Parts: sequence; C-alpha cells; structure tokens
Amino acid sequence: MSLAFSSKVLSGRRATGRRRPGVLPGFGLGTGYAVFYLSLLVLIPLTTLPLKTLELGWGGFWSVVLDPRVVASYKLSFGAALAAAGVNAVFGLIVAWVLVRYTFPGRKLVDALIDLPFALPTAVAGIALTALYARNGWLGGPLETLFGLKVAFTPLGIVVALIFIGTPFVVRSVQPVLEDLEQEFEEAAASLGATRWATVRRVILPAIFPSLLTGFALAFARGVGEYGSVVFIAGNMPMISEITPLLILSRLEQYDYAGAAAIATVMLGLSFVLLLIINALQAWQGHDKRRSA
Amino acid sequence: MLSKKRSLFAALVAAIVLQAPSLAQAQTLLNVSYDPTRELYKALNQAFIVQHPAGNEQKLNIRQSHGGSGKQARSVIDGLDADVVTLALAYDIDAIAERGLLPKDWQTRLPHNSSPYTSTIVFLVRKGNPRQLRDWDDLVREDVEVITPNPKTSGGARWNYLAAWAYGLEKNGGDEEKAKDFVSRLFQRVPVLDTGARGSTTTFVERGVGDVLLAWENEAFLALKELGPDKFDIVVPSLSILAEPPVAVVDANVDKKGTRDLAQAYLEFLYTPEAQEIIARNHYRPADEEVAKRYASQFPNVKLVRIDDSIFGGWQQAQKRHFGDGGTFDQIYRPKGR
Repeated sequence: MSLAFSSKVLSGRRATGRRRPGVLPGFGLGTGYAVFYLSLLVLIPLTTLPLKTLELGWGGFWSVVLDPRVVASYKLSFGAALAAAGVNAVFGLIVAWVLVRYTFPGRKLVDALIDLPFALPTAVAGIALTALYARNGWLGGPLETLFGLKVAFTPLGIVVALIFIGTPFVVRSVQPVLEDLEQEFEEAAASLGATRWATVRRVILPAIFPSLLTGFALAFARGVGEYGSVVFIAGNMPMISEITPLLILSRLEQYDYAGAAAIATVMLGLSFVLLLIINALQAWQGHDKRRSA
Repeated sequence: MLSKKRSLFAALVAAIVLQAPSLAQAQTLLNVSYDPTRELYKALNQAFIVQHPAGNEQKLNIRQSHGGSGKQARSVIDGLDADVVTLALAYDIDAIAERGLLPKDWQTRLPHNSSPYTSTIVFLVRKGNPRQLRDWDDLVREDVEVITPNPKTSGGARWNYLAAWAYGLEKNGGDEEKAKDFVSRLFQRVPVLDTGARGSTTTFVERGVGDVLLAWENEAFLALKELGPDKFDIVVPSLSILAEPPVAVVDANVDKKGTRDLAQAYLEFLYTPEAQEIIARNHYRPADEEVAKRYASQFPNVKLVRIDDSIFGGWQQAQKRHFGDGGTFDQIYRPKGR
C-alpha cells in the first residue's frame, strides 16, 4: 500500500492521470528503492552540512565563506581541478584511442596501468609525486635548472597531482564507446570523400563527446574534493597554494565544526552547480545529435 | 569452493566465540596520543605491563592510537573510547573537557601540570651549519628558508610559533607590534607549510627543502639517530618554550568501561623513576629531578618561557589571540591593504 503510494507521488506526471503500466515492470519498487538508497547514502549525510552551519547565523556564515583566504582557495581548488580535467580530457582521449584502435605488445599491461591511480591510496601518490618533483627529485631538479620551473610546493604541483588522480576517469569513460564505434563508419566517411580531419570532427567526436564529457565531469569532481595527494605536493601556503579541503580541515583543528561545515556547504553548492551545467551540456548535445540525425 | 568458504567462516566464528571469555577477563586500556610518541609509548607500555600484577598473567593489554593531536582529540570527542589521552598540548584536552568527558580542572590532578615529560623547540640544520644559524635572529635573513608545519593544523607548530613570538617580544623589550613583525618576517621565509610535524620533517630531510627545521627536541634527536649524525646538527637557540604535553584520564570513558583504577595507575606509572628513565632515553625531558640530573648532558640548558607565563596567559588565551580566526597568525597572510 505504502509502496504504491510512494510510487504515485514520485512518478509525478503519471499520478495525475490514469496509471498506465510501463513496458518494464517494477517501476514503483525500483524507483522507491533508488530514492531510499540515495537518501540514506547521499542526501541525509549531505543535509547535515547546511544544518550544522545554522549555528553560525547569516552574518557569521558569510564572514567565514567570504574570507579572502577562503575565496583564494575556491579559485585554486576549482581552477586546478578544471585545468587538470581539461588536460585529462585531451590526453585521456588519446590514450583511449590508442588502446582501442591499435594492437601492440604490452597493450594489456598499459590497459591495466590506467586503473592504478584508482587503487593507490592518494597519500602514497602524493608522496611519490612530491619525491619526483621536489628540488632534489629526478624530474624536479632538471625542470628547475633547465626551465626555471618549480612544480612541487606550487599550484602547478596541485594540477600535476590532480592529473594523476583523474587519469582513469576519461580513459574509462571513452574507451567502451570507442570500442562500440564501428570502423565502418570511418570507412564510409572516407569513401564519401571526407578528409581525415572531417571524419574525426564530424563522425568520431560527436559519437564520443557525451562520454568524454562524463569523464571530464568525473575527473573534475574528483579533483575538487581531493585532499590526500594534494597536501603533500601543494606547499599549503595561504593565499597561494592552499586548497579548500585543507581550510576545512584547519577549521576542524580549531574545533570550529560550524565554520568547517559552512565552507563545505559552499563547496558542495559550487560543485553541484558546475556538475549540473556539465550534465545540461550533455543533454543538449544528445538532443542536438538526435535532431540532426 | 563454497564449502571451503563456509568452513572458513565457521572456523572464524568459532575462533571469535572461543576467544570471547578470555577477552572479557583481560583488561584493556586505550591510550590516544599524538604523532611523535609512538616509540616512547611502545617502551613505556612494555615496562608498565611487566611491573603490573595483572601483566604477568597476560591479562593486560594496552592499545595505542597516534595521529595529529587535534585530530586525536576530535576522535575522542566524537566517541573514540580512550581511557587516557596523552596529547601535544593542553588546549586539545581542554576541548575534550569542554564536552564534559572529564572535569575542567583536569590539569591539576597530576603533578607537574599533568606533564610527566616536557620538551622544547630546537633548530635542526644541515651538517656543519652552512648558513651559520645560531639564534632566532638568523632565521629572518633573506637567504634562509625555514621549515615548520602550519600552526593551524599542527600542535607542534603552535609551540614553534609561540617560541618565536617569545623571542621577538624579549628582544624588543616587550613591544607586541615588533614581536608580531618579527614572527611575520620569520613566516615569510617559510616556503612550505605542512599540516603536521612529521610532514615537515619529511620535507626538510627527504626533499632537501629549507635550511632549518623548527622541531620538537625529541623529533630532532630522533631524526639525528635515524638518519645519521653525519647529515644534520641540532642548534639550540638562546630562548625557547617549555612544551608540556599533558596526560589525563578520560573520566566518562573509564567509568563506563570500569577501567578507572588501571588508567590511573598507568598515568601514575609515568612519574616513577623507571618510566622517567625510559622517557629520558627517548629524548623527552623528564619531570623527575633526579633522573633529569643524570641526563643533564643530553639536554642543553636553555632559557625557557612557559605557556602559563603572563606573555601568553595559558592556552585558552594564546589560542584565541594567535591561532583563532583573525589572530596574529592569520594576520601574517592577510593580503595587504585590508
């Protein structure tokens, strides 16, 4: 009884008219379960965040989240995550392409390597990258003496860490779509007189674009929240290389739970809006394709 | 395959069930401590178990938990059932007391401000002291890089900061503005602010960043011991701070678990000559004067200010003034013109 009721409420549009059974059975049960599950695991924990900030009051909330140091950290966290996701989108696409379209010895090995950043504790990644890019590291030394480029303990180091952490997302999103893309399409395009670039631009890219966007969004979201690997390589200088999660942590160190929750709430809101935009872009792209087809 | 799994599961269940009675009889203590005390408490726990009547019958078990001092305090506040806490600074135990887990006057319950051992802040420099760093004054020179963790996230770093503040104050005849300026110039020489003391040690030692590391005396000795005295030297400044890492029984938890007597005995044991010897051997300054005399050569004589001195006025005041929101530390990094 209660199940039927909840499905009616949830299905919205359907509840108003006669209930037409869908093609697939189990809509009520499935949706009810999905909403319950998401509430338990995602929504309820996240609603406690804004609730915690209520202790601060309106003025207190704004003075915490608009502090110049905190604002600088938003710019850094979101900027570095966007830059890293962008780099990953370009090079992840190339990696996926190579893995799908060419056969070469050791391909399976390379394929397995892609997932390593998933499996590795992020602190280990951070320590390894810092050792590599520090002044006395294998890469850090030459980079600094030859190009005057400092990576470890600068914002650039943060981007490097986020690229590492985000690598698998783009590759793993694009790879299956590329695998499903028949090579015949490209041959057909070529036989119809398309140049190679036109084939890539008008046949391949539209097909994989939604998955590329998904990979980009995932890499970005992961980068925004990343803490473990970044703190080691960032240098953590206020106003320069201090990420937002670190500021949340330093609020907690002062037993300022409400302040920590306030910054977290802003981060949550910004992430949600950005992901919403990316999703909308994806929907628009899909719609566009369907219309032109 | 399935039956194999099932039998494994059965064996596990049996093991747990069979162990349960003996676990119930054994007494267990959980000591929640801060980062650099790992080696110290490993040695102390062994000694405590050996001398305790229950220890011989294998019925005594002491568990350790280590991490950043503030994080550890938060775990206890959030429900980690620590019998005793042994943290880096009184402020963190105060925070636990504020939540009612132990009385607010906890620090008066044991001798020496509840601190069975103390330490201080020293400089760890590269071998031969190539930059000729002798005192705090040298650290604000333009050619020097200083490594310290962030006082906002590290208990040890707060001692570093206050030691520098005390020096700046003394040098300028008590002028607070000049002390602030001195500390501000010092932090302008810091290229990396790690979140914890161990992180800073790694940055200085493994990454080769910086000319001087501000460190706990015991950490500096440990680095020297672990990495070889041929790589680093310890420099003792003219003035430093007496760091008192206090200990306390968490009343709410021991009353719930019925371990009050054992927890109390454990902390009192830390003050016995035997434990004090172990403390001195681990490079902490012992509270016991007799033991301290025997190890006097190990610990250089240095003028030490205390957190309860009038220049700081205790942890509550110092925390608010220096490390709270908009405190003197925040002001260092505030963009100019605000």
